[in-house]
Amino acid sequence: MRIRFAGMDGFLGALGSLLVVTYALLPVIWIISLSLKPGRELGNARFFPDTLSLEHYRTVFNDPQFPAALLNSVGIASIATGLSIIIAIFAAYAIVRLDFRGKHWIFYGTLAVAMFPPISVVGPLFELWRTLRLFDTWPGLILPYLSFTLPLAIWTLTAFFREIPWDLERAARVDGATPSQAFRLVILPLVAPGIVASAILVFIFAWNDFLFAASLTSTDRARTVPVAIAFFTGSSQFELPTGSIAAASVVVTIPIIALVLMFQRRIIAGLTAGAVKG
Amino acid sequence: MRRAQNVKGWLFCTPALAAMALVTAYPILDAVRLSLYRYDLRHAAPPDFIGIGNYFSVLSSEVWWQALGNTLLITTISVFFELVLGFALALLMHKAVFGRRTVRSAALVPYAIITVVAALAWKFAFDPTTGFVNSLLGVDRAWLNERWSAFGVIILSEIWKTTPFMALLLLAGLSLIPDDVLRAARVDGASALQRFRLITLPLMKPSILVALLFRTLDAFRIFDSVYVLTRGAHGTESVSVIGYNTLIARLNLGLGSAVSVLIFLCTLAIALLFTKSFGTPLLRTGR
Repeated sequence: MRIRFAGMDGFLGALGSLLVVTYALLPVIWIISLSLKPGRELGNARFFPDTLSLEHYRTVFNDPQFPAALLNSVGIASIATGLSIIIAIFAAYAIVRLDFRGKHWIFYGTLAVAMFPPISVVGPLFELWRTLRLFDTWPGLILPYLSFTLPLAIWTLTAFFREIPWDLERAARVDGATPSQAFRLVILPLVAPGIVASAILVFIFAWNDFLFAASLTSTDRARTVPVAIAFFTGSSQFELPTGSIAAASVVVTIPIIALVLMFQRRIIAGLTAGAVKG
Repeated sequence: MRRAQNVKGWLFCTPALAAMALVTAYPILDAVRLSLYRYDLRHAAPPDFIGIGNYFSVLSSEVWWQALGNTLLITTISVFFELVLGFALALLMHKAVFGRRTVRSAALVPYAIITVVAALAWKFAFDPTTGFVNSLLGVDRAWLNERWSAFGVIILSEIWKTTPFMALLLLAGLSLIPDDVLRAARVDGASALQRFRLITLPLMKPSILVALLFRTLDAFRIFDSVYVLTRGAHGTESVSVIGYNTLIARLNLGLGSAVSVLIFLCTLAIALLFTKSFGTPLLRTGR
């Protein structure tokens, strides 16, 4: 009896898993197969290509737009992530380790920013950035990304920091280490995996943004990948360069998926812990 | 000691608070100021104070109300399906014995993909010449050229992208339910359905509410997929698309700021509605 139930559960579980994998991968496989179809096959409405071709990949890398956007995206998202994580480490450390009055205000602050609709600040930032000459520059995007990712960074880091055996820090102090040595040599190696997971989540947020990038940039100087792909124009204005868009999409999607899968366990832990524990 | 911790604590948190205030608190106040002016960057005329004139224009225009209706429709339908599908996915991830790792990995894929890219993939899939959907369903239809089917594609792409995230939030709640409570209920003869309804659901209420609140607010600001799939054509504009078009495409900072402030107020209203009607599970988690 029990064995039959287990078997039934196992069967349903396997079926469910298959469904989930299909669901998650369908658009990805579709865009990959589009990117590999030679131009004449793009209009054949088939899911898989009949013959494989790399022509679209050559096109996007020979066009100056896409490599420039790729560089902008990698640069802007990396710098924003680095700054956001550094600022968040201090805040998370204070939240977990220090007992100070008004601590809950930090929590309310992050909550308010997490709920904030970005469209509400796009207009004033647009005007302010034009005055400060930040419009269409890297810092012009790094600043909003840095700030809008802080709640995510602070929550996930706080969750990870709570699980650190902080007594080790005290032990190191007793052994004569300075506070900064104790943090760098004892605590940092322990928190490093959590920091990497938080950094990936923050990076994905910045990498994904379309609204700020579409509003606060205008040329290849700072235009990021989502905007470049969405505004790609082909030989004619009325025709979407489907193949190029698909190839560019694959180029920017596969590395992130690989990264996420590599750190899968920690990322899930970060996302869920951040959500439950606030 | 206590005093020193106070100073140090605030010192460590100030950069974060300052950065967050710089791009939210300050600009939203600036948006309120701008919204009181007639201020169009395409005209050379200097900003002209007109009080609440811009709000009057927005609130008396059909475009705004249609966009608000569209946004609420997209939000309600997608959050509903995300909750149902997300719950199923969370239960599967919680229980699955085989392929647990595979399911969890697969669930992260939509989360990791750029929204614009996902929306384009769906756009090509539903396109009558490039797409496979028409031949799969045996129909001949221009999905994105008609209002209701376009909504369908927008909502589908929203659900696809965010259900896994919802599932992960719910999974966290599921893993907090002590196993022995469920086992005890089973010993006492509670059916699977009863266990779900009487133990799992009530214990998960806080995580469900947190997930619902965050996803509702997130869906309410939907921009990327609508912009990519239809650019707001065929009556599918969302409020964020209206805001973008007024501010950035038409450079009307006064009128656009009024739209921005109204969107901010809607967000505030949704957040208050949630906390008022369901208690404050969010605030209890704060320390």
